Amino acid sequence: METTENRRMLLSPQEIDRILNRLASEILEKNPDLSSLVLIGMRTGGIYLARILRDKIKASEGIELPIGVLDITLYRDDITTTNQHHFVRKTEIPFTLGGRDVVLVDDVLFTGRSTRAALDAMMDHGRPKTVRLAVLIDRGQRELPIRPDFVGKDAAVLPDESVEVLFDEKGNVQGAVVEKRKS
Amino acid sequence: MSETPTHAAKEIAWDRKDLLDIKSLSADEIQLVLNTAESFKEISQREIKKVPTLRGKTVITLFYEASTRTRVSFEIAGKRLSADTVNISTSTSRVQKGETLIDMAKNLEAMAPDAIVMRHNVPGAPYILASRLAASIINAGDGAHEHPTQALLDAFTIREKKGSFDKLKISLIGDIAHSRVARSNIYCLTKLGADVTVSGPATMLPREVERLGVRVVSTIREAVKDADVIMMLRIQKERMGKVLFPSVRDYSRFFGLTPDVMRGALPDAIVMHPGPMNRGVEISSEVADGPYSVILDQVTNGVAVRMAILYLLLGRGGGYEDAH
Repeated sequence: METTENRRMLLSPQEIDRILNRLASEILEKNPDLSSLVLIGMRTGGIYLARILRDKIKASEGIELPIGVLDITLYRDDITTTNQHHFVRKTEIPFTLGGRDVVLVDDVLFTGRSTRAALDAMMDHGRPKTVRLAVLIDRGQRELPIRPDFVGKDAAVLPDESVEVLFDEKGNVQGAVVEKRKS
Repeated sequence: MSETPTHAAKEIAWDRKDLLDIKSLSADEIQLVLNTAESFKEISQREIKKVPTLRGKTVITLFYEASTRTRVSFEIAGKRLSADTVNISTSTSRVQKGETLIDMAKNLEAMAPDAIVMRHNVPGAPYILASRLAASIINAGDGAHEHPTQALLDAFTIREKKGSFDKLKISLIGDIAHSRVARSNIYCLTKLGADVTVSGPATMLPREVERLGVRVVSTIREAVKDADVIMMLRIQKERMGKVLFPSVRDYSRFFGLTPDVMRGALPDAIVMHPGPMNRGVEISSEVADGPYSVILDQVTNGVAVRMAILYLLLGRGGGYEDAH
């Protein structure tokens, strides 16, 4: 991956893999009862990370956790106030959420608005017993009272920079980069 | 579990204020509507069949012609997106009392609706509103001209059942000349790349219909043979004077879809009808309720497609902001 004036590497694929090993262990430690545990990935990065976490947990515990996909577009708080067009994708939660211990997975936590939307979207599918938030990168600058339960890396990033976790088309992590936002 | 839409069309932006017809839409725009509708379908299968997306938006359905199904479909679509829906059924007699369409529209606009879903017996009536009002106008049928949301829900149902439109053989059977459903469907399906055939009594085929890019066959058996999709059109009995056709019985004998005619169909053909059906006229009950029929799927899909349209027309405005 190239580093340019406007773009720098934050995490290599190897670093991310080690972080995800730790996150998988922490999730297991906090949820000894795997029978009620489910992972919900937030589109799009969160889905890939949720799958990697599921595979890691399966490798160590021999249990494959159910996985759901959440599209928060319809719950965004800026849907009728921005000019940007938001494509709506499918939400696929092939199990009931009632009584489950949910780990919500996202790649980058920023303002907290996406998390707020995800919580509302999830509640329309049922009433989970607990919801915890796992993020690969917490870049701070929250605008809502939201905090993550499992954090891969805290990153100090300027407000005009964007943080992106890159995946290939198969969902393998390619690294994480910080980029100057184009104005 | 799929992470990308099954039909990865180019991700084009929707920048139309109104949905007036299919004729002016591009194939990419049509695919965008269908892809969006695919995501909306799941909402209607939930226990809580509602999302907050269009909170605070007002949708008026303004119907100058009676229609239960289309009006209710729009109303449910609006409510599932949390918009407020208001229904106005009016008759052309009001117009005769002196209230013009423009007056009616100006009065509605004074109440600041965000969208007006309109059905009118005069072709082009929604265009008049669209050019004068700030609200988004959705054509829910204008005379014998177009009925775009019906064509979109038909295309959605076909794509759901058949996967793609490439080389798909689709036959429209019945009163092609006086049907807005037929016209919108012909535009829509030919744009999507399907191979469209029409059939009906000679008096019910528009002159030079081939110019729309369709094939004409003279009998229903020919139209049914090899068709992947058999789309029956409603015979409007009120339109059926002696000029067009001698009798209902003759019509059903020559152009009714019966189990006997279906014996000549492909085993995986699907049968569609925009409703309301004249059972025993253009379609027999055995076929309408039989294994080939996807008529109720069309009704279910109508809600998802209309949610997609409302979302695309109303789901944005104002400045740009991006946030994680």
